Amino acid sequence: MNMKKFIQTSINNERVEFICEPRDSLLSILRENLRLTGTKEGCNNGNCGACNVIIDGVLVNSCLVLAVEVEGKKIETIEGLAGKDDLHPIQNAFLEEAALQCGICTPGFIIATKNLLDINPNPTEQEIRKSLAGNLCRCTGYDKIVRAVIDVAKISNNKGDE
Amino acid sequence: MQESNLVREKKKFQVIGTRPKRPDGTDKVTGRALYGGDINLPSMIYGEILRSPHAHAKIISIDYQEALAIEGVKAVITAEDFPSLEDVTKKVGEGAVNIRYRSNNILAKEKVLYQGHPIAAVAAKDKNIARLAIEKIIVKYEILSPVLDVREAMKEDAPILLEELRTVSMGEKIDKPTNIAKHIQLKRGNIEDSFAESDIIIEREFYTSMVHQGYIEPQSVTALYNNDGDISVWTSTQGAFIAQQQISDVLNIPLSKINVIPMEIGGGFGGKVSVYLDPVAILLSKKSGSLPVKITMSRKDVLMATGPTSGSYIKVKLGAKNNGIFTAVHAYLAYEAGAYPGSPVGGGAVSLFAPYKLDHLLIDAYDVVVNKPKSEPYRAPGTTNAIFASESIIDEIAVKLKIDPIELRLINAVKEGDRRIDGPTYGRIGLIEILEEIKAHPHYHSKLRGKYQGRGIATGFWFNYAGKSSVYASINGDGTVNLIEGSTDIGGSRASMAMQLAETMELPYESIIPKVVDTNSIGYTEGTYGSRTTYSTGWATHNLGNELIRLMKEKAAAHFETEIGNIVYSKGNFTSSDKEISFIDLAKLMKGNPVTASSSIHPKRASPGFGTHIVDVEVDPETYKVTILRYTAFQDVGTAIHPSYVEGQIQGGVVQGIGWALNEEYIYDDTGNLVNHTLLDYRMPTSYDLPMIDTVLIEVPDPDHPFGVKGVGEVPIVPPAAAIANAINDAIGHRLNRLPMSPKNIFESINQVK
Repeated sequence: MNMKKFIQTSINNERVEFICEPRDSLLSILRENLRLTGTKEGCNNGNCGACNVIIDGVLVNSCLVLAVEVEGKKIETIEGLAGKDDLHPIQNAFLEEAALQCGICTPGFIIATKNLLDINPNPTEQEIRKSLAGNLCRCTGYDKIVRAVIDVAKISNNKGDE
Repeated sequence: MQESNLVREKKKFQVIGTRPKRPDGTDKVTGRALYGGDINLPSMIYGEILRSPHAHAKIISIDYQEALAIEGVKAVITAEDFPSLEDVTKKVGEGAVNIRYRSNNILAKEKVLYQGHPIAAVAAKDKNIARLAIEKIIVKYEILSPVLDVREAMKEDAPILLEELRTVSMGEKIDKPTNIAKHIQLKRGNIEDSFAESDIIIEREFYTSMVHQGYIEPQSVTALYNNDGDISVWTSTQGAFIAQQQISDVLNIPLSKINVIPMEIGGGFGGKVSVYLDPVAILLSKKSGSLPVKITMSRKDVLMATGPTSGSYIKVKLGAKNNGIFTAVHAYLAYEAGAYPGSPVGGGAVSLFAPYKLDHLLIDAYDVVVNKPKSEPYRAPGTTNAIFASESIIDEIAVKLKIDPIELRLINAVKEGDRRIDGPTYGRIGLIEILEEIKAHPHYHSKLRGKYQGRGIATGFWFNYAGKSSVYASINGDGTVNLIEGSTDIGGSRASMAMQLAETMELPYESIIPKVVDTNSIGYTEGTYGSRTTYSTGWATHNLGNELIRLMKEKAAAHFETEIGNIVYSKGNFTSSDKEISFIDLAKLMKGNPVTASSSIHPKRASPGFGTHIVDVEVDPETYKVTILRYTAFQDVGTAIHPSYVEGQIQGGVVQGIGWALNEEYIYDDTGNLVNHTLLDYRMPTSYDLPMIDTVLIEVPDPDHPFGVKGVGEVPIVPPAAAIANAINDAIGHRLNRLPMSPKNIFESINQVK
């Protein structure tokens, strides 16, 4: 059980190498070994979405992914979202709309929103609500989160029209 | 940005009422903000806790020699490592706690009283070793029968949890073993005569289950017991000073030895006031030779062993005249305290009819221990249970008397000068304004479209709390102001503090730099609870701003070579006859000669909060699933400092109330085993379960507060359960008296399943 594995992967477009036990989750490696603590732990069994990351374009709960599974994959975490000069438009929209209170679920929501808009740039309110149903927020009642996602989709689409 | 639904008589502020970005926002959307579990210290080791699998048992022995022998294990502790404590009751947050019980809840001594009750703790160099060591600890139990229901626990022959517990009934101690910790009675007037003169009397029973605060961040503590005896604790807590006091009480260590460093907090709602892990991590650190120890709860630990709020049994009898005027109330409330005394039943007893005028009442309230986790405050503690009962009955009276439900409430509503049912006189409250606003609102006049649709209304109340706060500030050489505070920022309070200081000092919001600091760095500040932070810390901030301006006027007077009395400050400029200097230029001149000030405050009282909600629901006639179609919450918010965060408090509270109403409950089997200890089975609302939550902010300013602030956080959780129950009755003609109103419970109620 203690046979450690050497893993090479890509996180936020940087090549990353780490050593892990086969039983380690991707979440624990991100948080404890790589000190990427922006990805949060809320339940550690796939029910809250606070640990959302994107692997090869697929939204996952990183607590349910074994670290050994990410060999050769491309991982996106909250730490990679902001540009050099600006926040990502989703991050800006969450701030503009006051879409966070305590903020612990926010990285997961922002990652889930990015994945949604990558796949469906023009979602309806119901599509947004359904896509974000895997992310629990206990502070906001989701109202301002959904508004932030509607806003950012509108802004991105208007830019596309220009 | 959302259009403001703000009802305000006059706009007179520059900064207050605007919606700037929060100062800590960038850190929180980029993942940089450090929460309880995000700290990693050099040489840090990890703690794990052994928890009881039994709901009620005597601990015969604990053998941890095998665990201690495992390579990498640094320390093991049990309750034997804690000091022996006397029964002393101390104020913790808004409640009072017996510190011996608090200690026994942290690590069990002699008995375990609920499944998940901590028994021992291990520190090891990694988590896996710590978990393995926990499994090697051998505990021998004598298993006892658990008592899991509040009314069962009150019976003469019930299993006794705490052998020494005696009922304190209206101040008198009754000398026999019991599970009833306290009996409170509220009595006024003559209920017999008033009931006799009533045209209608309704009496109903109500049942609610324990529910959890459901914060997304599990408790996490990192502690260092330094070689010189100084202790540092990094934790996410609603109140660093409250944590410090509890640690000091439980470990019998002077306050000055303990520095609590508040990390960002991932939700609390009342559940992060009491300490669980902190003293354990400190003792493990001490026993490990001063290595920092981190302990993080699992979600199962959080649900099994941290504060849910009380389940309850409530019986209410209400009388009224044909014209709608309430005549008398007779009520009985029994709340589950969990393993140790301290349910919020007292708050429930008062809040039951706090929104209404009533001269004749008899209310008996009981605080009862059961084999479930010790209850903790949850947003307007005790009030949601009570108002589910009272507002359901009021709705029934409205229907039977054929009086519009808003009119019925208006007829009986309290206003300034009226007495609350337990005696105190109300100040400037806005319940009448709320009800009048609803009458004019489109939601109230909209048509429902479906056969199984219905509309419900309920009013909520919460006391609100003021408490002690301290703030400190220094003016920087560029004219910005560092604002140092001790209030945990749980939902944007850095922004509301900065806005109140900016308003006071007539400076731009952006020039205020707020920071929340540790207990060594600021004066005593109570926790972020009771809807007190924007009120009390905001008030202290206002006083601080005035003092800073006074000190700057002194500087300006020296600069102009005149008397301070000749200096006028307005809109960021100091003037004296024809001379003028801006705040920024004056600050620049003062480099090396700084201005600092501090302010501490303890307002005696805060205005209570009122809110009334309207909800439209649809009930699926086959599955009994209830869908929320439309929701509007009206609330007297005093003055909305940052309207977005005020709306957010209301929306969040409403959705917690909807979860409580429709889905959430603690489900135990007969042995006291919590069956639904995951977030899949403890079902909190998701975005897909809900519509937008509309809010109407009604501003009836608190006349005492410099900006008219009233606490807003607690009230919104109170009305939803009753409003939804009333809407379900409107939809399908069936009254529900049990929370949650899940498909199963609705089916059983309609089909009279016992």
